[in-house]
Amino acid sequence: MIALRINGETKNVEAPGDMPLLWALRDLLGLTGTKFGCGVALCGACTVHLDGEPVRSCQLRIGEIGGRAITTIETIGATSAGAKVQKAWLDLEVVQCGYCQSGQIMSAAALIAATPDPDDSDINAAMSGNICRCGTYVRIREAIKLAAKSA
Amino acid sequence: MLEATPTESGLGRRAFLKIGAAAGALLIGFPLRPAKAEAGIFAPDAFIRIASSGDITLIMPQVEMGQGIYTAISMILAEELDAAFDRIALEAAPPNTKLYANPVFGIQATGGSTSVRAWWTSLRKAGAGARALLIAAAAQTWGVEPRTCRTANSEVLHDPSGRRLAYGELVGKAASMTPPKNPPLKAVADFQLIGKPLKRLDTPEKVNGKAKFGIDALPPGVKFAALAQCPVFGGKVGRVDDGAAKAVPGVRQIVVLDDLVAVVGDHMWAATQGLAALDIVWDEGANASVSSAQVWAQIRAASAKDGAVAKSIGDPAKIAGSGELIEAAYELPFLAHAPMEPLNCTVHLTPDACEIWVGSQILARAQAIAAKVTGLPLDKVVVHNHLIGGGFGRRLEVDYVETAVRIAQKVEGPVKVVWSREEDIQHDIYRPVYHDRMSATLADGKIVGWKHRVTGSSIMARWLPPAFKDGIDPDAVDGAVDIPYEIANLRVEYVREEPPAAPTGFWRGVGPNNNVFAIESFIDEIAHKTGKDPIAFRRDMLVKSPRLSAAIELAASKAGWGGALPARVGRGLCAQVSFASFVATVAEVEVDNDGEVIVRRVVSAVDTGIVVNPDTVIAQLQGGLIFGITAALYGEITLENGRVQQNNFNDYRMLRIDQAPAIEVHLIKSGEAPGGIGETGTTAAPPAVVNAIFAATGVRLRRLPIDRDVLAGRKPA
Repeated sequence: MIALRINGETKNVEAPGDMPLLWALRDLLGLTGTKFGCGVALCGACTVHLDGEPVRSCQLRIGEIGGRAITTIETIGATSAGAKVQKAWLDLEVVQCGYCQSGQIMSAAALIAATPDPDDSDINAAMSGNICRCGTYVRIREAIKLAAKSA
Repeated sequence: MLEATPTESGLGRRAFLKIGAAAGALLIGFPLRPAKAEAGIFAPDAFIRIASSGDITLIMPQVEMGQGIYTAISMILAEELDAAFDRIALEAAPPNTKLYANPVFGIQATGGSTSVRAWWTSLRKAGAGARALLIAAAAQTWGVEPRTCRTANSEVLHDPSGRRLAYGELVGKAASMTPPKNPPLKAVADFQLIGKPLKRLDTPEKVNGKAKFGIDALPPGVKFAALAQCPVFGGKVGRVDDGAAKAVPGVRQIVVLDDLVAVVGDHMWAATQGLAALDIVWDEGANASVSSAQVWAQIRAASAKDGAVAKSIGDPAKIAGSGELIEAAYELPFLAHAPMEPLNCTVHLTPDACEIWVGSQILARAQAIAAKVTGLPLDKVVVHNHLIGGGFGRRLEVDYVETAVRIAQKVEGPVKVVWSREEDIQHDIYRPVYHDRMSATLADGKIVGWKHRVTGSSIMARWLPPAFKDGIDPDAVDGAVDIPYEIANLRVEYVREEPPAAPTGFWRGVGPNNNVFAIESFIDEIAHKTGKDPIAFRRDMLVKSPRLSAAIELAASKAGWGGALPARVGRGLCAQVSFASFVATVAEVEVDNDGEVIVRRVVSAVDTGIVVNPDTVIAQLQGGLIFGITAALYGEITLENGRVQQNNFNDYRMLRIDQAPAIEVHLIKSGEAPGGIGETGTTAAPPAVVNAIFAATGVRLRRLPIDRDVLAGRKPA
């Protein structure tokens, strides 16, 4: 039994310690907003926050997390940066199929939280690990800038 | 794989596209469901349900995979119904070919950039018919003439008396009345919703993690399965040593079928670890030595033969060449779809029923294949369709449904089969390889003869057999037979050449991608050869095409065509009439000394007829262009020893945000019938990029993806 602090609650997971957090979230806890895309940290679809830092949950083993706080797309709207990003995403209609967008939003929220006024190179650095096959990059860039400007 | 059923006598893409602007008029109305009075529900047709509470549910015949179709269809229905748009609910249509078949294909399918074109007229009639009934019910209630009533915001209003009734209050009476045969449709000028950039209905749940894709289905008691199919196409399982796999914690079962092995576990981690622990010896079969070299040798040899004549205009002698003859060949590689949501399907099979959770572009076939595999009658197969995390044509196939049902036959209780990214890439149904031979005869600097021979596999012959006729695949020559340029003597041929081993299918753009790439590259070559500006050269051949000409002029002006650029930076044009839309695209690229191509900026001008939701059209162009740039810069699936050599996003690369160009999309106002849009950007980008590369470097690339060695001068062109 492994105890995890997820979205402000402690969850006990009956699973081997080498299990990536991604599968614990999706298959054991029903938090399916975090997506599986590649399994090897190449696409960013599985991005969550660990103590506020963006991490690829497909590479983070549950036995190595300890007491650090996990935040997923389901509650990122409760943070100031997350709410701004979600609103900007809606205002600019960023989303197409939407499958990668949980990961995009988690990466963008971490960026805004750490760098309140990101420039293009900050955005490239923070977001180039997140693939969007629908090609919403133009709007992702605009939405991050809009989120940064919003109060 | 799938036999066409007798109902699948659809027109096919080309037939539909050729009809172009008149398409709407051709589509016959769908069968109206009898009005239902029971339970206080007014259901005048298969698409609208109004409850006495006033709640309006719109049934979506097309599936949402990011193209915004739920919103567009809702706008079309709500426009003619005069429904309050902010109070509608959506429901995905169940499998039902009779009610929900896409009028273009005769199958319940979402693809080919057809959704708005296909449903435009019949959905407007559905909305208008329901509205007419509600007016009639209100008029009868008040004892007034229906023509003195109007509708707005889910209400019928009688202005002379100031009376009003909400739709919900009219449900009972309206349900007992006979629907009108030809309800009047609104004039374009009276549209309240159509043409406005409304917010998409599916977005809110896609930004907070609540949206459910097929992969998110978690029926109670579900187990999870990872699978390995024979890495060589067509190969079988030889033997399996599952000792180590069974010892993996959480592994419940190893399923060995003739062509694949699946490991079932308590979660995907157990399933994945179990699969990795298996020792599988494959019986690789006849394709074990197939390589890309063989694929290309075969298609090039096949392209030397005469093909079936898809179009012939004018004098064959002039086509063969009496003036100056220019020839070139263009090639496109196999491509995988790589939707961000890997293929998956969840199945619960019991002795007398089959329940499926999936995202499918072709729902009725998903149901049919499950019935076929299990032997159950169709009505015992329930399919819950989901939002699709990327389709691009991949989910027009049902191989992944069939595979999941076959695995489920061995598993007690529900099982979710999720493909790894590697399986997804290595067992795709690929965009075909194509080889296009082009020749043109010039006289006085003008094209007088044109020959275009397309060689490639026929997707239609497998996917929609009635559409493959007289040796012509209408999709394979789509964009070639309807070349927009006025050329007096012209011939288009098609050679069907099925590549060894790799299965081929639809991809975003398919036929037009290939043909527009070949045509627009070749036209650009000829323009440069004659010393003319590529736009001026095209302009002279588009006298009778005002819509495309206007798009070219607009794109050129917005892109600053002809303006000065730094060294090794160039602009390239692609002009196309595809999916009944008129699109001109200018790409601006930079080629560095190492042969790397940076796409700096793309400008598209689009006339797609009446636009339902302009913001969605712009989004589709933006995304489609990126999809096409990805293909141009990186996309290639190669074979060696009968296997796909690419694995994941490291070697099957996608464009990332730091490489994405600035994109401008300019919409041209039009009152013509709506065109298709989802695939146009993908078609536009590659020729615009290679033409820009030529402008920047003088190097002509005739195959994709781009060859950086050639651009860096490390290899001859």
